Amino acid sequence: MTTAFIGKSVRRTEDPRLITGKGTYVDDVKLLGMLHMALVRSPHAHARIKKINVSRASKAPGVVAIFTGADLQGQLGSLPVGWVLKQADTHTKYDMKAPPHPPLAFEKVRYVGDAVAAVVANDPYLAADAAALVDVDYELLGVVTDGEKATKRDAPQLHTEAPDNTCFEWDVHGGDYEGAAKKAQVVVKQKFINQRLIPNAMETRGVVADYNTGTNQITIWTSTQIPHLVRLLFAAVTGHPEQSVRVIAPEVGGAFGSKLYLYAEEIITGMIAKNLARPVKWVEGRQENYLATTHGRDHITYGEICGDKDGTITGLKVTTYANLGAYLSTFAPGIPTVLFGLMLSGVYKYPNVSCKVYGTFTNTTPVDAYRGAGRPEATYLVERMVDAFARELARDPVAVRRKNFLPPFKNGRAVATGVLYDSGNYRAPVDKALEMFDYKAFRKEQREARGSGKLLGVGFSTYIEICGMAPSAVAASLGAGAGLWESSTVRVHPTGKVTVFTGTSPHGQGHETTLAQVAGEHLGIPMESIEVMHGDTDRQQFGTGTFGSRSITVGGTALVMSLKKVKDKMRKIAAHQMGVPAKNVIFEDGKFYVEDIREKSMDFGTVVGEAYNAKNLPPGMEPGLEATSFFDPKNFTWPFGCHIAIVEIDEDTGQTRLKRYVAVDDIGNVINPMIVDGMVHGGIAQGVGQALQEGAVYGENGQLVTGSMLDYAVPTAEDVPSYETARTVTPSPVNPLGVKGAGEAGTIAASPAVMNAAIDALAHLGIRHLDMPLRSETVWRAINGAKAAKKAARSATATAARSGRKARR
Amino acid sequence: MPIQTQITVTVNGTRHTNPVEPRLLLAHYLREVLNLTGTHIGCDTSSCGACTVLLNGKAVKSCTVLAVQADGGNVTTVEGLAKDGKYHAVQQGFWDKHGLQCGFCTPGMMITAVQILERNPNPTEAEIRRGLRGNLCRCTGYHNIVEAVKAAAAASRAGGRKR
Repeated sequence: MTTAFIGKSVRRTEDPRLITGKGTYVDDVKLLGMLHMALVRSPHAHARIKKINVSRASKAPGVVAIFTGADLQGQLGSLPVGWVLKQADTHTKYDMKAPPHPPLAFEKVRYVGDAVAAVVANDPYLAADAAALVDVDYELLGVVTDGEKATKRDAPQLHTEAPDNTCFEWDVHGGDYEGAAKKAQVVVKQKFINQRLIPNAMETRGVVADYNTGTNQITIWTSTQIPHLVRLLFAAVTGHPEQSVRVIAPEVGGAFGSKLYLYAEEIITGMIAKNLARPVKWVEGRQENYLATTHGRDHITYGEICGDKDGTITGLKVTTYANLGAYLSTFAPGIPTVLFGLMLSGVYKYPNVSCKVYGTFTNTTPVDAYRGAGRPEATYLVERMVDAFARELARDPVAVRRKNFLPPFKNGRAVATGVLYDSGNYRAPVDKALEMFDYKAFRKEQREARGSGKLLGVGFSTYIEICGMAPSAVAASLGAGAGLWESSTVRVHPTGKVTVFTGTSPHGQGHETTLAQVAGEHLGIPMESIEVMHGDTDRQQFGTGTFGSRSITVGGTALVMSLKKVKDKMRKIAAHQMGVPAKNVIFEDGKFYVEDIREKSMDFGTVVGEAYNAKNLPPGMEPGLEATSFFDPKNFTWPFGCHIAIVEIDEDTGQTRLKRYVAVDDIGNVINPMIVDGMVHGGIAQGVGQALQEGAVYGENGQLVTGSMLDYAVPTAEDVPSYETARTVTPSPVNPLGVKGAGEAGTIAASPAVMNAAIDALAHLGIRHLDMPLRSETVWRAINGAKAAKKAARSATATAARSGRKARR
Repeated sequence: MPIQTQITVTVNGTRHTNPVEPRLLLAHYLREVLNLTGTHIGCDTSSCGACTVLLNGKAVKSCTVLAVQADGGNVTTVEGLAKDGKYHAVQQGFWDKHGLQCGFCTPGMMITAVQILERNPNPTEAEIRRGLRGNLCRCTGYHNIVEAVKAAAAASRAGGRKR
């Protein structure tokens, strides 16, 4: 099929404004009379608020008002949870505990960064000055930061509603793992730490709120992935009528899941603007962001894999403690359960899966989705365990993977965790990746390098993920509190120009370009004639937002539906005016032709004009040319692929460097390969970052030790190489575009690929496992420990041999 | 009222004279006083480089310079890169090679790239990566930023002009 735009690497239409400094991010919004808010945050991880004294602060220059949690208690409500695990669903042991989450704490603080007061001044510097003068008297309480230790009887308790700091117990069982383990010839066990990460969108969060006393309208500009859900939840929490709340997501400077929630600051800023009847701005500092914006991952897992000596894997068992932080963020309960436990089948045939997850509260920043959200944690386990199994058998990791792959399928395949994959061909990306990477030559190079002080290793990750969030009924049965469909409107203007409205809400993914490509393709008009609008609740009637690689799969499909409706109407108008039945009219190259009589035609603009002037429409047809559609998919989509990492470890220093990275992804059909490659690159860097250098660290007292960008190692351009990307194409049967979603694949695949490579480099020393991140010290200690152990074993053998000889004498 | 000091700074070729607090950061002066919001602020530890501007021809993190230190100086921000309706080779490179996604790090990243190419019109990939290490990007994994700088270098050399 030849296409005008779909499948082409079209340059982005967003870029001209962004490369000239003309993008409008939240902090660029300035309103007349705008005030600035600074939040007073708890310096303690767990404490009772005894007294807040604002008298010094309120006398500081420029201060307009100060609000404590107690002042606003009746107005702010409690932050809601949008994913509720209930006993009624087969996976959940009891209804999850959802303790109240006051936007401004008023009795207790439960993590460093919990906000206790808001200072509003007429200048941001003065607001910060005054915030430092708010005196809070705290009574310190015991602290727990470890998600597993939190469940122990003697651990400090965060919420009376959640005994043993346990929010939920969730499990999934497919087949009979215990039976399989009994019969298995090999069982490999390993504990894994999937460390806590800080998302680090380059733009921190920020909110500007304005209140119109005449209309009772609150307008909120916020750096979010979900403007409509923010409006809905804001109205639900504060009681301000939803139709009088407008939420605008302007240019959003990255998010990676961290802007996917209703946050305390959105409520606080909005309600303070309402109280003062003045515009108020709050912009998060970076160190504040590290405390106040959600973190990701933080799993402690005990894993077990079993199978036979011929390389057949028969089962996987997982027990995970998922640290949820001090309170439940909007989607927190869904991440380590549905998006983690249900992904543990990987791309494999093993029929027995057993998974138990404890969601726990600790005195740390709330944890929620971070790029991949649950899937990186699942993939890390599966791919590390498959490697460990192969190593135990001294078999090649690629051969073991191939042996256990599900066979190819085009339309649905159920797996042990109970979910239904859409389409898959798991050998194809492996074959392609091995065309790009000479495995045999590498093994030779690896052997030869040993002894030179450079240890080389290769790691494979044959991942699968779940995208296209989501079939609403399925998601609801698993705990989702909202429908997860998507909407679009296509408005064809009288001049033939087109506005596409989408409920998705991009933050770097290039939706304006990709959706215009789809619209241009369908309407046969140039992309310059199409504008894509998003991120404003006054413009789009509703939308779910952008997360879970859903925008093209769900939002793109909603768009295709609207485009079809518009074209159908145009076909009817053209048929009516050309005097033929509509079924005889075809649309090609921007013109409506009468089939077989090619010289009889009406062009796109003419038909649009007819729709608007309404002089000669088919009987009963309404004038105008606009269509709206709502798409709720039947299934998720399941992208997959094969990533290969090659690392080099300095044997003397332990420094681990990613030398080369090959990524072959199968995300179904592709609209814009350039944009997809870009997302894959960025995703890989985040996965590599987790494997080699990132990690949020809390001290015993609950202080975030990695509290600034100086301490948390976001990868730089020097830390990563260029990446080699390619694709195989297995179209998804669940949407008309055949797309699967591309936003998270890189992150999901990369961490296990890099870690498998590192273990491959170190295995000859006897090292079987290391936890992320592979800081030089970690690797150096492992190498030296392994060498010392070998030496000790050798000398013990020698001693034994000597004493044996002596005894014989 | 806090103490104010008068400063005069030439930004993108235009002279501005304003009273400022001595503690005002150059980044805030550009953004809040001059309304040049293309310069972004991504951290508070001089780590991310989103606020990078040229001050007297040198790339600086404008969150780590006081506005008063720029008094009498010459500043180029992202808004001053395009000339006569034509993109700077670096801007063109970023667009053509998909060197940006969310766009937040982009202004600082491009200013740093301008500096890299001024100092070395024909950098290797390793030199580009070394030059960019003070600027963080979370979207692109740097792959296409490096490609963008390479493309800008090639275009600048072909154009025979040095900016």
